[in-house]
Amino acid sequence: MAAFDLDFTLEQGEFTLSFKVHVDARALALFGPSGSGKTSALEAVAGLRMPRRGRIAVNGRVLVDTDGHMNIPVRHRHTGYVPQDILLFPHLNVRDNVTYGRRAGSRPDLSVLIDLLELAPLMNRRVGSLSGGERQRVAMARALYSHPEVLLLDEPLAAVDLPRRRRIVDALIGIRDQLGVPLIYVTHLPEEALTVADWAVLIDNGRILAEGPPKQTFDTFGSFRSNVQSR
Amino acid sequence: MTAEIRDIAIFTTVAAIAATALMLVPGVAVAWLLARRDFRGKSLVETLVSLPLVMPPVATGLLLLWLFSRRGPLGAALARIGIEIVFTPAAVVIAMAVMGLPLLVRTARAGFEQVTRRYEQIAETLGAGPWRVFSTVTLPLAARNILAGAVLGFSRALGEFGATIVVAGSIPGRTRTLAVGIYSFTESGQDEQAAVLLAISVVIAFVAVFASNRLAREA
Repeated sequence: MAAFDLDFTLEQGEFTLSFKVHVDARALALFGPSGSGKTSALEAVAGLRMPRRGRIAVNGRVLVDTDGHMNIPVRHRHTGYVPQDILLFPHLNVRDNVTYGRRAGSRPDLSVLIDLLELAPLMNRRVGSLSGGERQRVAMARALYSHPEVLLLDEPLAAVDLPRRRRIVDALIGIRDQLGVPLIYVTHLPEEALTVADWAVLIDNGRILAEGPPKQTFDTFGSFRSNVQSR
Repeated sequence: MTAEIRDIAIFTTVAAIAATALMLVPGVAVAWLLARRDFRGKSLVETLVSLPLVMPPVATGLLLLWLFSRRGPLGAALARIGIEIVFTPAAVVIAMAVMGLPLLVRTARAGFEQVTRRYEQIAETLGAGPWRVFSTVTLPLAARNILAGAVLGFSRALGEFGATIVVAGSIPGRTRTLAVGIYSFTESGQDEQAAVLLAISVVIAFVAVFASNRLAREA
């Protein structure tokens, strides 16, 4: 269980993203249509975007606090980030990608990550030869190997074909439960939000429309959900 | 081939390699700065670096002669510690490096600009500091362009004439390069020697371009 203390505003193109979530959760799903501000919220936690004002803390560790003039540099945030376009380093093989983040302190054992994410047959491959699902698993391992205090994922199932999605979902559950790494992930697929998260946040046009346990949130906002899906 | 001709070929090749080595670190650093950083005087640096490309090489040579002569700002300082540059092999290397630098910087800069910032950001989220990001992500991803730029710089150095003859002269056995040699031999009616140097120039240039194309394909 992690204490998410996320309260910030961020300029996002035409609108301002106002984000305010205070919750203890193992996995937080940010759900909403594309362009709603989900990715920006994730990038604000990772430190790749600077909020106009506000405070971001995970488990009491403050990452940014504009009132206190505090802004932890990206490399010291310990936030594993898997962007939607995954961005494995193209000049490194799978093993060198996974072990890129050499940070002091305890880290998940490489063999644990290899087992959990089923990477054994991939370790010596070139990243250019990987499928979407394989790339996703390698990127998750790379982020986890750097010993993050929270793992941020942007649309983790987007690049994965339907039959292989179950493996990624199982991996996310494994990361959450076996490794105990809290997750924040962005999705536009309700079923993904329902299976892994224990707290869901519905965002549209930079505003939070609802938040709560995923099932309850989606039941309450069933009309919103079908509306989003039809877009 | 006479010993003199052979020595000229070897000296020119070695000087061009030394010039490429000399321009590599500052060239890559300036290329990275221009591609990745905004700073005061950036346009000035851009212009200064490109100047040897558009100025007559003889004018660049004259500028170097002034800089490195015993009364020049750099030459005076070097003279105090007993180093002379003008009309020495070192002057050949410096002239070659200055003339090759713009080609290296422009090509390497394009390489750095092609590396998306996002790879660097990912490396940062994994805990990498600025130097590690540069050396393990930015530099390898721009390596192909840097290599191409170095080959261009080397080729330019190999054929350098105008700046070299002003700042280093054409001293046989000391500062005479292929290009300067061809000129000097033709000037003094030694057409046969000039023709041999010409043939050697063609062979070296061919090998350099061929090798760089091979390297670029394999990179």
